[in-house]
Formats: sequence, structure tokens, C-alpha cells
Amino acid sequence: MNFSSINWKRAAMQPGIPVLLLILVALAPLYGSGYIVTLFTYFILYMVLSVSWTIFSGSTGYISLASAAFYGVGIYAAAMFGERMPFIFVILIGGIASFILAFIVGAITLRLRGIYFAMFTFGLVVLMKEVIHYWEITIEGTRGHFVIYQSNETIFYYLLGIFIVTMIVAYIIRKSRYGLALASIGENEEAAGHTGINVTMVKVITFAISAVFMGAAGAVMATKFTYIDPGVAFNPMMSFSPALMAIFGGMGSIYGPVVGAVFFSYLQEWLMTGSLKNYYMLIFGAILVLTIIYLPSGITGLIQNLWRRIRGARSAPTRG
Amino acid sequence: MEQFLNIFLGGLLIGGIYSLVSMGLSLQYGVAKVLNIAHGEFLMIGAFATYWLQESGVDPLLTVVIVGPVMFLVGFLLYRTVFTSIRLRSAHPGIYESNSLLAAFGIYFIVQNIGILIWGTTPHSYTYLNTSISVAGALFTQNRIVAAAFAVVIGIAFYLFLTNTRTGKAIRAAAQDPSTAGLMGVNIDFVLALCFGFGAAMAGVAGSLISICYSLSTSMGLGYTVIAIVVVTLGGLGSIPGSFIGGFVLGIIGSAVSYWQPGLTVASYYVIFIILLLVRPKGIMGK
Repeated sequence: MNFSSINWKRAAMQPGIPVLLLILVALAPLYGSGYIVTLFTYFILYMVLSVSWTIFSGSTGYISLASAAFYGVGIYAAAMFGERMPFIFVILIGGIASFILAFIVGAITLRLRGIYFAMFTFGLVVLMKEVIHYWEITIEGTRGHFVIYQSNETIFYYLLGIFIVTMIVAYIIRKSRYGLALASIGENEEAAGHTGINVTMVKVITFAISAVFMGAAGAVMATKFTYIDPGVAFNPMMSFSPALMAIFGGMGSIYGPVVGAVFFSYLQEWLMTGSLKNYYMLIFGAILVLTIIYLPSGITGLIQNLWRRIRGARSAPTRG
Repeated sequence: MEQFLNIFLGGLLIGGIYSLVSMGLSLQYGVAKVLNIAHGEFLMIGAFATYWLQESGVDPLLTVVIVGPVMFLVGFLLYRTVFTSIRLRSAHPGIYESNSLLAAFGIYFIVQNIGILIWGTTPHSYTYLNTSISVAGALFTQNRIVAAAFAVVIGIAFYLFLTNTRTGKAIRAAAQDPSTAGLMGVNIDFVLALCFGFGAAMAGVAGSLISICYSLSTSMGLGYTVIAIVVVTLGGLGSIPGSFIGGFVLGIIGSAVSYWQPGLTVASYYVIFIILLLVRPKGIMGK
């Protein structure tokens, strides 16, 4: 990998406001109530999921619906190893296990057309849920597992750490030659292959890297549930939500998925707490359809376009 | 031997329903290129519409005449409003396929939650033609046989429509190559919307037929969508006879697995699907 194309000085200066926001969020347990910490925990969880979803699916255009599978693998890693070793190792195991699973799945399916890949990854979640459920009932004779407890602050800070690593990795991938290879696969896979990119290899590795963060996030969140079963761990909504959040926020910028994640987790928090759960799902679906038809570049794309228009002719848009 | 016959005939009976559901998805996915994950939700709506109508005294089999055309209209309008605009905005077919898949997920959430808001989450059922008759020593209820027969008749009638009419010919041309078909004077937006409408109508009618022999709930849809996806892949994309035969094949496999290990029926569908994707993604009748 060649990182010489990254302007490190600019990369360090540019994110001034986001870093300030990050520090404000990081200090939340000091000034906020327990509710604020829990709310922010969910914000960060969905940010991690949607940013890591975008690392692979946003640039290549292959829609992955396997996020829930990797997240669930992380949850089960925490259930199985949580009592035997320190928390940080459990998180690493969750990440590594997801990496391996994604590598195998990617190696098998990423030669296929995009639509088969989407169906396969969707099937993977249900398959894992059914098989683990069957395994627990008939072989182990139990249903679900207990997970060792961690305090809300611990969960919050570990998740925040994972989020920062995710953002840095997403940034490096986007700005490096490797990210350029990914983008060219997204635009025209055949042409990318002809320029000497090992298309399948790049896709498989990126898919596996994006899965690491989902698995790690799952391992952290498992301790919040304290008791898990396949239905909780492999919930297909955890596949759809990151995809919608990223599309709604816009995948053209690294902050798009973050904006989408905050918007939807707040909407979810607002509507799901009452008896309005089904209305949340209904609105979720309606926004998904409307976004795809009217806002293909998402909220951040819309803002960028407006900004360009306001600044007028001084810098004409180079594209579109 | 008797067990074997029981599994085999049971598989054929449920296979008839699977065939009808899958032919609908085959039209939507194979021709209109929308992997409609909301397919099963149209089935759920059809099933509940029949439940509703039979409560006010209409014969459940007669409701097919109402459910079919209404669902056709819904599907037709849905394609014209949502998917046509996605198709016209997409730079290439790959983008259209993935965007329409995501839009279909949106429709899935919308339709399912409207269903839950109206009918709740508890299962419903009613009895119709509930007497058992013996077929070669194995016992089946009359309603299952009637439902399977209806499904097969509709399937064959649709196949004849495809092979013998001008519109059918246009659909087959659009399935092979939409842009060339457009150049040959086929009104492609209309034909694709027609396919989507027929697909929705088949799902709705299949739902009506399912409701006369099994209990129904608002969460029943996704299971049938999954079965239809596996069958369409098994039969070959865009191949209507392939989906028809594939439905029976999967019905028999499902019937056998649920006899030995009921907990693994859904898992077995995915295993078949995974093997197919790895070995022969074109399906048994695909070209």
C-alpha cells in the first residue's frame, strides 16, 4: 500500500470541528445523565456500523446485507469468551472472527454479480440464526447465553475507541491508492481489472476489513444485553439500518454515514420508546424509498450541491 | 413406503403454491429486474384480503377473482411510480438492480407495518373444506388439494398466455434483452410494469390459496419471499417453466427435511441456495 498520496498535514488540520465535537461527546459521562450516555452509545454504535458498511459497499457498489451477521458473530464471541479473558481480548476476538467469516464469504461470493452477492449476504444472516438456534436447542439443550456485565461508561468508551479507529481506517482507505482502486471497481469493474487491479482480492480484503469493526462493536454491545440468543444477535434490522443510514446521509463524504446514523438513531429512540414501533418501521421504509428516488447522493450530497450554488460561479462544479 | 408417499405428495401439494409464488417473483426479478423482497408482503395482503372477505360471507375461492386484479393494479402502479423513475435515473443496469433492491426493502417495511397496524401480530385462521380424503393411503385435507390444483391451473394458464399471445411475446422479448426489445417497438416501460403487476397478482392469489389451508399472520411474508428467491435461482433467472418445476422440487425437499428435522427446514433452503450460487448460478433451466 502506498500512502504517499495522502497530505498528512492537511489531514491533521482539516477535521478541526469534528474533533471538537468528538471531545464534547467523549466527555459526555462527566456532564450528562445516564440516559445521555446510553443515547450516545447507540449513536456511536450506528456510526461504527454505517461507516464500516460504507468502506466496502459505498465505494464498490456491492450491497452487503451481512452487517447483522458480523455484528452477531461479535456478540457470540463476547458470550463465549467474556468470562475467560480481559474485555479488550474479547473485542479483538470478535473483530478477528468477523474478519475470517467475511474473508471466506467474500472469497466465495465476490466473483458473482452484485445482486447475487446481496441475496447471499442476506441469506447468511438468516442461515446463521437458524443454525445456531438449532445447535443450542438440540445439541446444547439451552437457549441463549449470559454475557458478563460491563458498566455503561466502559461500553461507551470502548465503542468510542472503535469509532475513532473506524474513521481513521475509512479515511486512509479513501485517500490512498487502495481507495482509488476500490472507487474504480465501483465505476467499472471490468475496466478496473484491465488496468492491473486484482479486482477480487481488493474486494475480498476490503469486505473483511469492514467486517472487523462490526464484529468488535458487537462484542462490546453484547455486554449491554447481558443475555443473548440467536434472535437478538442476528437481527436482520442490523443489516438494513446501516445501509439506509449511509445512503440517507450520503456516501460521497466520510461524514455522510455519521450524519445518517445520528438522524436515524435519534428517530428510532424517539419513536421506538412508545407504542409507535410500527410507525418507526413504516417511516423507515418510506424514507428509504424516497431517498433512493429523490436523494441519490444523500443529505451531505444535497448540502454540498447547495453550497456550490451559493458560492456561485467562482468555482464551477467539476462533475455532474 | 407409506411415509415416503406421504412426504412426496405433501411436497407436491405445497410445491404447487411455491410454484405460483415463484413464477410471480420470476416475472418481477427475471424480466423487470427488481429483486422484490416485498413479494411475500403482497402474498400476506392477499391472504388477509381473503380472510376479510370470507368473514363477510364470500366463498374463499371466489375471492381470487377480486384479489388478483386488485393486486395487479397495485403492482402495476407501484412499478410506474417507483421503479420506472429509478430505472431512468440509473447509469447502468447494476445500479438499477441494487437501488431497486433497496427500494423494495423500503416497500417491504411499509407494507408489513401497515399490515401489522391493521391486523395486529396474532395469527388468524378459518376453516374451509376441512375434511380429509385419502390419496393412495396418505391422508390430506381437501383444501390443500384444491389450493394446489388452483395454483397449477393458474400457472399453466399464464404459461399459455406467454407463449400464445402478442403481449406474452413482448414479455418474453423484454426478458431476453429489454433495450433491443424497445428498439423493436415494444413499449418497454409498459411491459415491465405489466410484469411487475402480474407478479404482484400471483403473490396475492397465492396468498388467498394459502389462507384456505394454513393459518395466516402478518409476519408470514418473508418466509415465502425467501422460498421464491431460492426457487427462482434454482429454476433459472427469467425462466417461467424453470420456476414452475423448481417450486415442486423445493416443495418436496422442504417436506422431506421438515419430516426428519423440522428445525432445519429454513436452513436447508439456504444451503440449497448457497450450493446453487457456487455450482450453477444460472439454475437448472437457465441459459
